[in-house]
Amino acid sequence: MNQEIKTLTISIYTENNIGLLNRISAIFQRRHINIESLTTSQSEIEGVNRFVIVVNITEDQAKKIMGQFEKQIEVIRAYYHTDEETIYTESCMFKIKSSLLFEEPQIQNIIKDSGTRIVTVNKEFFVLEKSGRRNEIESLRRDLNVFGIMQFVRSGRISVTKEEMKITEMLSAFNNQ
Amino acid sequence: MNNTETTKKAQEETQKTERISGSEAIIRCLIAEGVDILYGYPGGAIMPVYDELYKYKDRIHHVLTRHEQGAAHAAQGFARISGRVGVAMATSGPGATNLITGIADAQIDSTPMVCITGQVFSHLLGSDAFQETDIVGISTPVTKWNHQVTKASEIPEVLAKAFYIAKSGRPGPVLIDITKDAQVAELDFKYEKCTGVRSYIPIPKINIDAVKAAAELINAAKKPMIVWGQGVILGKAEEELKAVIEKAGIPSAWTILGASAIPTSHPLNVGMVGMHGNYAPNKLTNECDVLIAIGMRFDDRVTGDLKTYAKQAKVIHFDIDPAEIDKNVKTDVAVLGNSKESLGLLLEELNENTHTEWLQEFKELYAIEFEKVIKNDLSPTKEGLTMGEVLKQINIETKGNAAIVSDVGQHQMIACRYSEFNKTKSNITSGGLGTMGFALPAAIGAKMAAPDREVVAIIGDGGYQMNIQELGTIFQQKVPVKIVVLNNEFLGMVRQWQQLFFDKRYASTEMTNPDFVTIAKGYYIEAKKVTKREELADAVKEMIASKNSYFLEVCVEKEDNVFPMVPAGASVSDIRLS
Repeated sequence: MNQEIKTLTISIYTENNIGLLNRISAIFQRRHINIESLTTSQSEIEGVNRFVIVVNITEDQAKKIMGQFEKQIEVIRAYYHTDEETIYTESCMFKIKSSLLFEEPQIQNIIKDSGTRIVTVNKEFFVLEKSGRRNEIESLRRDLNVFGIMQFVRSGRISVTKEEMKITEMLSAFNNQ
Repeated sequence: MNNTETTKKAQEETQKTERISGSEAIIRCLIAEGVDILYGYPGGAIMPVYDELYKYKDRIHHVLTRHEQGAAHAAQGFARISGRVGVAMATSGPGATNLITGIADAQIDSTPMVCITGQVFSHLLGSDAFQETDIVGISTPVTKWNHQVTKASEIPEVLAKAFYIAKSGRPGPVLIDITKDAQVAELDFKYEKCTGVRSYIPIPKINIDAVKAAAELINAAKKPMIVWGQGVILGKAEEELKAVIEKAGIPSAWTILGASAIPTSHPLNVGMVGMHGNYAPNKLTNECDVLIAIGMRFDDRVTGDLKTYAKQAKVIHFDIDPAEIDKNVKTDVAVLGNSKESLGLLLEELNENTHTEWLQEFKELYAIEFEKVIKNDLSPTKEGLTMGEVLKQINIETKGNAAIVSDVGQHQMIACRYSEFNKTKSNITSGGLGTMGFALPAAIGAKMAAPDREVVAIIGDGGYQMNIQELGTIFQQKVPVKIVVLNNEFLGMVRQWQQLFFDKRYASTEMTNPDFVTIAKGYYIEAKKVTKREELADAVKEMIASKNSYFLEVCVEKEDNVFPMVPAGASVSDIRLS
C-alpha cells in the first residue's frame, strides 16, 4: 500500500465538450481533495482536450480516482505521475510601476539574473513574464515584493511526461472499435 | 425485390430526411428507440413536446403522474422489471429538480433511464428567467451522462447517444435538457441509432488469464462463498450463476439488489448479506477462504467495518465497471467484463465439487437465526401482528411469483428477508440511495411494464405519505397494483436506531396517521384495514384475488425491531440477533 502523500500531476484527456470541468471537479470535491492547480487546453490531438491537475494525495487515492475519471463518458484516459516522472513548468506575470525601473536599479539585475522577460513597458507600468518551477517563481516574487508589485498572476502547472502516454494509439483503437 | 434491393431500400429509408420540428423529432426518436410509454408532467418549457405527443398518442402512452418524482420512480420501476430504458419527462425549473431524487436513485442502483427536461429559450439561459435552473449542473453528479440541447438539429444524435449510454455497459440515468427554441425550430430529421461513443468502453474485454486464476482459487478452496449483486440480473447471467454455484457446490448469498436472481428455495442460496441480512452469510464472510463477489460493489451496508471484512479470504471480484475494482475491498483476482460471458467462461474452468461440511456450517447458523428471529417474525405468538407474517401470507397467496416493490425502512428489510422469489427481477427496491417514497410510483411502472405479473408494493406508513399522491395516477391509469402499508405509526427504522443507540429518545419519529382506507377510497381504490391476526389471511387472499388495484393497511406491532443487525461501522461477524 502506498499511503505517502505526494505531489501528483494528473493528466486527463477528454472530448472537447461543455460540462466536463464540472464532472471532473465534482470527483475531487466529493473526496475532499484540494486542487493545487488546474490547467486545461487543447492537446496534441485535434478535438481532444487535456486537463493538467496538481494535487497532494496518496498513490492509492490517485489509483481510485483515475477509475472515477475514466468512468465519465467523455473522458478518454486519465493518468497520474510523480514529479520525477514529468517535466513541468508554470508561468507568471508581474505588473510593476515604471518609475521603479529607473529608481531601483536592483530590479534590472533581478530581471537579468532570473532570466525574466519584459513583455511591455509604458509610462505607467512595465510587465515581466517568467516560466519556471514553482520555487523559482516564488523566489522572484519575494525579490520583487520589496519594491511593490501592482499585479501578480501565476498559471497552473503544465506538464509533459518523460514516458510516452500512447494516447494516440488508444484513440485510434477507439475509432476502430 | 431481391435481398440487395430490400437492403438498399431500407438504407434509403433511414437516409431519407424530413423537415419536422424539434418536438416532433424528440417523439420520433423515442419511437425509434422502442419507447411506447413515458412518465411525466407537462409545463411551460416542455409544452411543444406535449403538443406533439397529443398527435402521437396512439404510439406513445404518456402517464401523467402527480409529481415529477413519481414520474422518475415510475420510470425506474418500469426499467427494473423490464430491463428496458425507462423514460421520464418534465418541464424546466421545479419540474426538472423534482426528478433529481429519482435520477440519483437510478444512478446508484444502475438503472437505465432517460430523462427529458424542457428548458427556457436559449437566449434566456443564464438570465434567471422564469422557471430556469441549471439542471445540467445540478444533475451532473447523479447522471451517467447529461447534455443540453440548444439547436433542433442536435436532437436526433443526442437522443440516440442518450439511449445508448443509458442502457449499455453498467446502465444508468441520462438527462437531456432541451431549450424551448430547439423544440420549436425545424430540422432535417433522420434517425440513426448510436452504436458507440469514442472514449466510452461499455464492456471491458475479459482477460481469460484472470478467469483461469479465479477458477484456480475456487477449485482449491475449502470454504468458498459467493456474494452476488444486481450485476447478475443486469447482465442476464442468472442461468450462468446457477450453473457455477451448482457445479462447484458453493454456498451463495446475495446483496439486496441481487435478490431474486436465484430462487429463494435453491439449496445453495444461503440468504442476504449486509446490515439486516442473514446470520450465516454475514458471520461466515469472516471465515470463508475464497470470497467470490459477482456484480456487486462492496457497499458499506454490506461490508460493515472494512478493516475486519473478509481479511482471511482471497477475494475474487467479477464486475463490468473497472472503477469498482479495489474501490472498497482489495481483490486478489479481478475479472472485468459482462457477468453472463465471464461466468460462462468460469464455468468451463471449474471442477465439480461439493462443500458439504462447509454448507453445514451455514445450516447450523440458520437454525440459530430461525430459533431466535425467524420463527418469531413469521409465526409469532404475541398478540401484535408482525411484518414478517404479512409477508408470509403474501408468499402463500402469490406462490412466490409476485414482483415485490418495497419502499425504504424496516418493512423493506423484512420484505427482502422473507419474500419468496421464484423468478428473477422480482425485487424492486431502492438500494443505494434508500429513497422513501420510491415504492408506490415504482410499482406503477413495474406493473405497466409487466402487466402479467402480480406486483405487490410493500410500504411503511412514512414512505407511503411521501408520494401518496400517486394513488391518483393509479386510479386514472387503472393500474392494478396491490398496495400493502405496514403501519406501525413510526418511522420504524429510525425509531429502532433511537431505541438501540439513542437511549430510546424517539425524536420526531412518531407519526399520527390519517385514515388511509378513506384516502384510498377517495381515489376510488378498493381498500381494507387489518388490525387482528385472524383477519390477515382472508384480507391478503381478497387483495391478491382482486383484478383491480387494491389497498391493504395492516396495523403491525408498534415497536418491533428488525434483526439480525450489524450495527453501523461494526464488523459483519459482530452481527446481533437481538
